Amino acid sequence: MSITSTTIKQWLLSSAVAFSCLAAPAAIAGPIDNYSPVTPARLENPEPGNWMLYRRTYDGHGYSPLDQINTANVKSMVPVWTFATGVVEGHEAPPLVNNGVMFITTPMGQVIALNAKTGDQYWRYKRELPEDLFQLHPTNRGVGLWQDKLYLATTDDHLVALDAKTGKVLWDKKVQDYKKGQYLTLMPLVVDGKVMVGGSGGEFGVRGYVAAYDAEDGKELWRTFTIPAEGEPGHDTWSGDDWKNGGGSAWMTGTYDKDTKTVYWGVGNAAPWPGNLHPGDNLYTSSVIALDPSTGKIKTHFQYHQNDSWDWDEVDAPMLIDLQRDGRTFKSLIHPGRDAIFWVLESTPERIKYVNGWNFVHTDVWKGIEPETGRPIVDPAHKPTLGKRVDFCPSLWGGKDWPSAAYSQKTRFVYVPANENFCGGFTGEKLPLVPGQLWLGTKAEDIGLTVRPGADHFGELQAWDPASGKKVWSHNFPKSQLFGSVTATAGDLVLVGGTNDRMFRAFHAKTGELLWEQKTNSGIMGMPVAYEVDGTQYIAVQSGWGVDAQRIQDALAKGNTGLEDNVPQGGVVWVFAIKK
Amino acid sequence: MDAIVRDGSRLNEVLLVRLDPNELDETTRPRAAEGIVAYSAICSHAGCPVTAWIKASEGNDDVFKCMCHNSEYDPRRGAQVVFGPAPRRLAALPLVIKDGVLVIAAPFIGKVGGQQG
Ligand code: FES
Repeated sequence: MSITSTTIKQWLLSSAVAFSCLAAPAAIAGPIDNYSPVTPARLENPEPGNWMLYRRTYDGHGYSPLDQINTANVKSMVPVWTFATGVVEGHEAPPLVNNGVMFITTPMGQVIALNAKTGDQYWRYKRELPEDLFQLHPTNRGVGLWQDKLYLATTDDHLVALDAKTGKVLWDKKVQDYKKGQYLTLMPLVVDGKVMVGGSGGEFGVRGYVAAYDAEDGKELWRTFTIPAEGEPGHDTWSGDDWKNGGGSAWMTGTYDKDTKTVYWGVGNAAPWPGNLHPGDNLYTSSVIALDPSTGKIKTHFQYHQNDSWDWDEVDAPMLIDLQRDGRTFKSLIHPGRDAIFWVLESTPERIKYVNGWNFVHTDVWKGIEPETGRPIVDPAHKPTLGKRVDFCPSLWGGKDWPSAAYSQKTRFVYVPANENFCGGFTGEKLPLVPGQLWLGTKAEDIGLTVRPGADHFGELQAWDPASGKKVWSHNFPKSQLFGSVTATAGDLVLVGGTNDRMFRAFHAKTGELLWEQKTNSGIMGMPVAYEVDGTQYIAVQSGWGVDAQRIQDALAKGNTGLEDNVPQGGVVWVFAIKK
Repeated sequence: MDAIVRDGSRLNEVLLVRLDPNELDETTRPRAAEGIVAYSAICSHAGCPVTAWIKASEGNDDVFKCMCHNSEYDPRRGAQVVFGPAPRRLAALPLVIKDGVLVIAAPFIGKVGGQQG
């Protein structure tokens, strides 16, 4: 039997008539009318009601100037709409908002455009991932915005440009080879028409890089490896051929100083893990590099710790804060590190200088920091090595992993999603590199997460004054890790999920008082945002547990903590406003 | 099977283990050859290679474990998932011993590969 075209037309006609009779259509479909092009000026100085960059502004503050929702009324905040993504695993992306249009991304390479006011869907893009793809980190942290285009970095290591109005693919470039364990999870950073991405794969023996593509046509403009080749400055911090598979992945979005036209990019751990498998300082692993976005040239760098042996990626880019300290104001780089050190650095045109550093969680690895150079002094008893079990604190996930800290321009405090009382350990082993298989320098099954004796909490939301180095307040989570990004607002709210009880919380930015909480569908690893449409302020976050939050939960469930490995998965976008 | 697959795809990687035939359940026994069982090495969660043979998180038996996100599969029970996020068992590859040589008896039973959505 075949259906004639007349039948189809009639069917379409009648359904269209029926549809138009409904008072409120259940869903609207794209394309998006009146889409506001994302210009360089708008990215450099975004309207208060929008969230168009990973941390809203290029300086990485994670701060919204909106204050309609504030400490006085947040108790009346209620969900106004939700949207199920239909995808499991870690939903880490911020819901990005450009003048009433929201873009979310999910694991498995989906992008969904929604009406930010109503939650109705405009369009959905689904990446068709290859059958033989393996995903150590099935996640995505958002699309880059530029003019009327979006840029998605995929786990099969492509960079895909979409039409923001329709979700149609405009171009699709292979960045590297997923079969070798190269993949992308970050939100691309777009600066002056250049789309920058950095590769994941530090656990598969890659050599990390940051690469830039022309926003218009996807032409590769430059690629800068995070590990210098022979003849390049810094190569002498490696021995032999170690540099070729030395790690240094660069899997988080950089920050950008528009005054000096400098991109700051965080670089991951050295590979494989035990340091005596790659003797030397191993530049630029566990460092921040300062890049010229027009050429990719490394202007300068600062290495947080040398000869990384703990899997302490320092990929989270520093926050760029004009800091008043010791009677002067200077351009600072602030980085609460995975290595448990809260770093305060000064960026000068010539170099990045160490200013101050202190432990923000317990660590037994550092005996101090050399005041002149900023080199931490390592205790060899807690540095993983070959053939011997070595334990160290904090754990592999560090004092703060990739989830972002926030800086409030009002309180001038830095809010850190920290993990306290975790330690780790493993026995270093020299193992051959098999392309596409984990290459850790230890047996994966040997990796431990332990809880310090007498620990009364794990997760710790901390407020620090970066000028004085004082902790202003902290909120402890007795039964949960804290594994989610923090956002601050001018309403003096600090917003964070990240706990295994599925809560989304708002704290008082000045005092740390818990003001509001809401249980959600799943655990929240995503980044909260604040935005405004038609004069109403909203708070949005994706709830969807997975990846490393889940791994820590697995480890805790096995470790006599009384916790269970039962945090449900499945992504939902939650949007809140003050009850009218 | 007569054909030998040599296209290099990682989807053809298999896990082989010899177990006590008495430990195998009714589905698994007919697919085993003298206690040797074979399964796809591709984790049904996110497609990583299953690489570890290790004591189960729950129970005392050794099981296959995928180190990407801790999924565990019991090869005695058709590689059913006994821990972790994997949504389904590993595909099984029936074996037989022919003229003293271990050979594949039939194509994979079940889907090879990770979940895609
Ligand atoms: S891919 Fe094996 S557990 Fe996730």
